[in-house]
Formats: sequence, C-alpha cells, structure tokens
Amino acid sequence: MFEYAPAPESRDIIDIKPSYGLFINGEWVEPLGEGREKTVNPASEEVLAEIAVASEADVDRAVQAARKAFTVWSAMPGSERAKYIFRIARIIQERARELAVLESLDNGKPIRESRDVDLPLVAAHFFYYAGWADKLSHAGFGPSPRPLGVAGQVIPWNFPLLMLAWKIAPALACGNTVVLKPAETTPLTALAFAEICRQADLPPGVVNIVTGAGETGGALVRHPDVDKVAFTGSTEVGRQIARSVAGSRKKVTLELGGKAANIVFEDAALDQAVEGIVNGIFFNQGHVCCAGSRLLVQESVAGELLEALKRRLSTLRLGDPLDKNTDIGAINSAAQLARIRELSDAGEAEGAERWSPACPIPDKGFWFPPTIFTGVAQSHRIAREEIFGPVLSVLTFRTPAEAVEKANNTPYGLSAGVWTEKGSLMLWMASRLRAGVVWSNTFNKFDPTSPFGGYKESGYGREGGRQGLEAYLDV
Amino acid sequence: MTTAPLAEVAASNSTLRAFLHGLPGVDRVGADARAAMLGTRSIKTTAKRQAIDLAIRMVDLTTLEGADTPGKVKAMCAKAIHPDPTDPSVPSVAAVCVYPDLVATAVKALGASGVKVASVATAFPSGRSSLEVKVADTALAVADGASEIDMVIDRGAFLAGDYLKVFEQIAAVKAACGSAHLKVILETGELSTYDSVRRASWLAMIAGADFIKTSTGKVSPAATLPVTLVMLEAVRDFLRTAGRKVGVKPAGGIRTTKDAIKYLVLVNETAGPDWLDPDWFRLGASSLVNDLLMQRQKMATGRYAGPDYFTLD
Repeated sequence: MFEYAPAPESRDIIDIKPSYGLFINGEWVEPLGEGREKTVNPASEEVLAEIAVASEADVDRAVQAARKAFTVWSAMPGSERAKYIFRIARIIQERARELAVLESLDNGKPIRESRDVDLPLVAAHFFYYAGWADKLSHAGFGPSPRPLGVAGQVIPWNFPLLMLAWKIAPALACGNTVVLKPAETTPLTALAFAEICRQADLPPGVVNIVTGAGETGGALVRHPDVDKVAFTGSTEVGRQIARSVAGSRKKVTLELGGKAANIVFEDAALDQAVEGIVNGIFFNQGHVCCAGSRLLVQESVAGELLEALKRRLSTLRLGDPLDKNTDIGAINSAAQLARIRELSDAGEAEGAERWSPACPIPDKGFWFPPTIFTGVAQSHRIAREEIFGPVLSVLTFRTPAEAVEKANNTPYGLSAGVWTEKGSLMLWMASRLRAGVVWSNTFNKFDPTSPFGGYKESGYGREGGRQGLEAYLDV
Repeated sequence: MTTAPLAEVAASNSTLRAFLHGLPGVDRVGADARAAMLGTRSIKTTAKRQAIDLAIRMVDLTTLEGADTPGKVKAMCAKAIHPDPTDPSVPSVAAVCVYPDLVATAVKALGASGVKVASVATAFPSGRSSLEVKVADTALAVADGASEIDMVIDRGAFLAGDYLKVFEQIAAVKAACGSAHLKVILETGELSTYDSVRRASWLAMIAGADFIKTSTGKVSPAATLPVTLVMLEAVRDFLRTAGRKVGVKPAGGIRTTKDAIKYLVLVNETAGPDWLDPDWFRLGASSLVNDLLMQRQKMATGRYAGPDYFTLD
C-alpha cells in the first residue's frame, strides 16, 4: 500500500493584514468603538488577524451609507447593475484560488471543498443573479417590481463566502443596498470581498461590511432604517431576530437549523447511498444546516449498509485543511467543539452505541472524528437536536409510511434525501416529506437556480432561484 | 445481497437471473461522481515514486494486432524484462499478452525472467464462435506455456439474458485452463450500463474467474475509472460473500502516469490496499510504460528526457 504524501496548497498566494477596519461607503474606516476580536485558524489555533467590533454607532454609519447609495443604485437601469455584478463574479473566478485558501484557513474546511464546491458556487450565484438584474419585470412579480431599500444581512461561519453570495447577489440584482455582518470566527473572506467590490468599482455604499459578534448583528437587525433583514444561522438567534423585528415594517427571511432525514430503501444503489450518506453528514465536518444527520435505513438492509458505511468511514482522511487530500477538516471553534462533545456524550448516556474509525487526531486545533450512533431512538437528544458536527444518528424503519412519519417527526424541515431505484416510491415520498428540499439519490447538491429554505423551525423565505428575488422585492 | 450458497445460484438460468438482478443497483451519476472525486487525489513525492514502480510491476505489456510477428514479440519480451536498459533498478512488468500462436515465442524469449505470459483466447476479440473452438483455442495457448488466459465473454448471450450460457462457457474455459489463471474480459463498452457491468462481474466470478478485466482494447470506450470502480466494488463484495479473492484488470486507453495513479487510488480506497499488488491488480497497457519511465526519470534527475531516450518495443 502507498501512503499519500502531504500535498499542501500554498499559503504564499494570500495576504492577511494584521488588523482590519470596517468597510463603509467604499472605504476602510477605523471603528468608533474600542472592541477588537481575534480570528484564529481552527486547525492550528494560530491567530490570523484582529478584526474590529462594530458598535451601534458604526452600524448606523454603515446603514446611512447604504441608504445614501440606495438612491443611486436603485435608480440605475438593471442592465447597468448587471455589469457590476458580472464583474464581481469574474473577479471571484480570477481570485478563486486565493479565496479558497483564505476560506480554508479561517474556517477549517478542507481545501478540496472550498476549491471544488464553495468557490464555483459563489461565482455561479453572482453570475445567475447578474442575469436577473435587467429581467425583473419578467420574474412574475408584476410589471416593475421595486427594491426594498437597505438590507441588513447576518451570515454564519459554516460557508462564509457562499452565504455572502446567497445574500448579496440577489439583493444587488434587485436594486437594494447592503450592510452585511459576517460571523466573528470567519470574517476574512467577507473582508476580501470588500476589496473585490472596490476592484469592481462598485459605487460606494452599495455594499458595506461590518464585523463583530452578536451585539453588532443585533444592532444591525434593530436599526430603524433597515428595510429588510436576512439571517442564516441558529434557530435560537432566529427567534430573537423574529421577536426584535415583530411589529416593524421590515421584511424578514430566516434560514435556520435542520435535522434532515436521509432515507435509504432496501432497493437503493447501496454503494452510492453510502457515498451520499458520507457526503450528507461529513461534508464540511457536518457544519451544514441541511446536513443529513439522521440516517433512516430500511431494516432489511440495515446491517449490510452499516457495515459498508463503517468500511467507507475508515478511508476518510482527517487533518490539515490545506492538504488537497484531506476529506475532513477542523471544527470551526472551541465553542462548537464543546457543543458537539456535549451532545455526543448525551447520546452515549441515553444508550445509543457510538462508533468512530481509528483516526489520528492532530495535537493542536479543534478536531472531532467522524462518528456514528446506532440504536438511536426518536426520543434521544441526538435524534432531535441539531449537532452541527460530524455526528450521524442511525434509525431504522420497516415501511415507507413509517419512514415518512419518522422523517417528519422533528421540529425542523429544511431538507431530506431519499435513496431508492423505484421512481414511484421516490415521488410518493417526496410529496409527503415536509422539507424545503428533497434530494433524490443524492445529497447536499446546490445550484443558484434552485430555491432553498425551510419548513417549521428551519425558518421562512427562500434563497436562490426566481423565488430568491421575492425576498428583495416589494411584492 | 443474498447469502445463498453460490453453487446453487447457477442451477438454472432463472436462479442465476434472480441472483444477478437481486444485486444492488448502481447509480450512474453517483458512481461517476465518486470516481471523479478519487481522481482529484494529489499524489506527490515519495508516494508518487512508489506508485510509479508499483504501476510498472502491474503492467501487462500487450500486442494484439493482426500484423504481429515473432520478431515484434521477442522485442517486446526484452522490454518486459528490462523496461529501461539504462536503469537496472526499474522492475520488470507483470506479463506480456499475445495471441495464442505467439505464446511459444514469448515463453522462450522470457525464459526464467519471472515475467508471465498471458494469451487472449476464446475467439478474441468478439467471442463469436462455438464453445468447442473456444476451449480448443484456450488449450492451444495453455499447451504452448501460457500461464494466464484472457477470455472474452459472449456479450450477445449476456445481453439476451442467457446468463447460464455465459456461465457454462466461462466454467468450461476455466476447466481447460488447468493451472493457468483465467482473466474474464467483460467488454464493458458493449455492456453499456453499470448495472450490467456489476452483473457480468458477479457472473464471471461465480463461474470461476481469477481476474475480471474491462476490455479487449478493440471497443470504445475501453477502461474507464467508474467502470473499474464498479468492478472493484464487486470483487470486494465477492470476497465477503464467497470468501474468494478475485483480481481486476482495466485495459485499453490508459496512457499516462497520471491516469495509472488514478487507478491505484481507486484500488486503494475501494477494494483496499490488499489489492495493490500485481497478483490482484493489472493494467492492460503498452504505451503507458514509456510515460511511467519518463516520469520515473524526471523524479530521479529533475529533468524530462525526450521520448527518443526510451525504447519503442
């Protein structure tokens, strides 16, 4: 057998400043407040940069800049706005390698994923919505739908640049201006994106980036001059946001947690189902809101499938996110690692059986091995709560009706996967599963043309596709 | 997957059919995606050096042309023993593969070098002849000293659903092989679906194949990564079900070191490292060898030599 020698992607191509200010009105400005946060590389705990914590006054400056720019930007013909957005998309493609390295360093995700999944999708979203900018009157929202105004957007740390693209691209295409707050643990690609806006000569104030943690996000969401709030993140924070904007005229979209069922029937293509399960829960270390964290497998093939799954997990390579052969990178933060550990321990305490492949864990950084729990019951915490880590709970079922019942028996409803070679069963399942996305013989596939969003506690509103425009138009 | 004793599976065409169609399906999109993902593994430095030598040791150096002459076969045998005359550290290839009438020439030329002689028999490449002719073809090659027989299956019978006929032909040829190893060529390019590839793989293994091989090299597409992936999954599952280990040989169209390494990664991560051995994995290729040699020399010296520095045989 041959061991794969390390194949690290070079860090030389990126340039991280020791400290960053805020990006307001097309300029880098020093924050008015004193607060600073450090962003670290989760794979090594090395401090990458210091970032500003925007105070309420900073947020106000950013919103005012966006308000001023709105008059210019919304009055511009759609075809003119499209030029800017297309330009941004092309610059992202040109700088893809640099952005992928930066994303992997700051987030801990494997370079294979940031390079092959995140960045191509980021560019695709900008290209897709650039195409809509001059066709809004044909989108099915009336003859001349108007933008909303200033959008306050708060995004999570799991797909920093991709979530930025999901938020900013449709907002700009519709004629809105934006104040975006990236997560405090992963701000670097958003700050690089600010540079890209300058490179694209985007009019000042159209995109503003303020960094900081929950306080900053709260200030942005509450700001009276914000017309639209878009949030992706935890259900808990989503509830707070819904409360804080209730009764105001603000439009809101929330994309929150999930506890998706990945349902494997006995007639499924088992080898591909195994790949789909791995991709469903171990992609991005399980830091995916639509992750297939509950595997529902038909009892008749449960033994065989689990054996195949365990064998497959033994080939997963955990380690340096910048190594091109790494499949599983680092957990994003110490806090997140603690939460994954707590829930996994609860799984064991409740009587589920825990299994992980033998896999060496690096000494420094935040790591959690891929983990499977078998013998899980619907009432276990690990079957109900979102873990947001590489932890899979396995449940079994006997009939399609039972599969639907169990899959829907969750407070969430973001996504589901169905594995069967039988088309009629697939369609029967798809019409009964209460989830925003139902994947057929695949999992975690994204496309800018396809709307994404949840049922129940997974939030409301849709991002992507024609439907994604609605959230940024006065309709 | 059934755990019924495999002997009973071949009792009749209907039991064979029931068994083969009871195997889990293969999703083409998923299989293609998995093969493509494994193709992005980055193999560098020591791992690459190791992989190149392993790949050389796995090559079946092949000439299967109507215009083959004893002279050409002798020249190829010399190359098989010492692929790079300027560098004695280069290992010999696994085998040479020739038509039956050239087996005796190859056996003599290879002498005690340890390089095996494989021969394509059974009305290669179409397989369209009677069982008697196929058995006789095999017996001729074995009598002349071939230690490996590459047989083609009757794709017509397979596609018509006459699995028992294919089974019986493979079993008869296996019997005619005596101690020689039997490699069964599925000609996956003509089977067209991955489901058929998986069924044909199992059929061949149940009937006694020692190796399953993708292609004759005469049909396009020949070996592809996803097809080899499906076959590797089949041998892995067959070992678990039947307790017997079977080898895999992709053949045709593998020309570059980069391609060869992709196949090794596929083996490593699908069937497992136990298959990373010339006894269990072969590459049916000829033009591949010079590229392997060129890359090997590049790794040793840091420079590429021109193609004229490597022999053409």
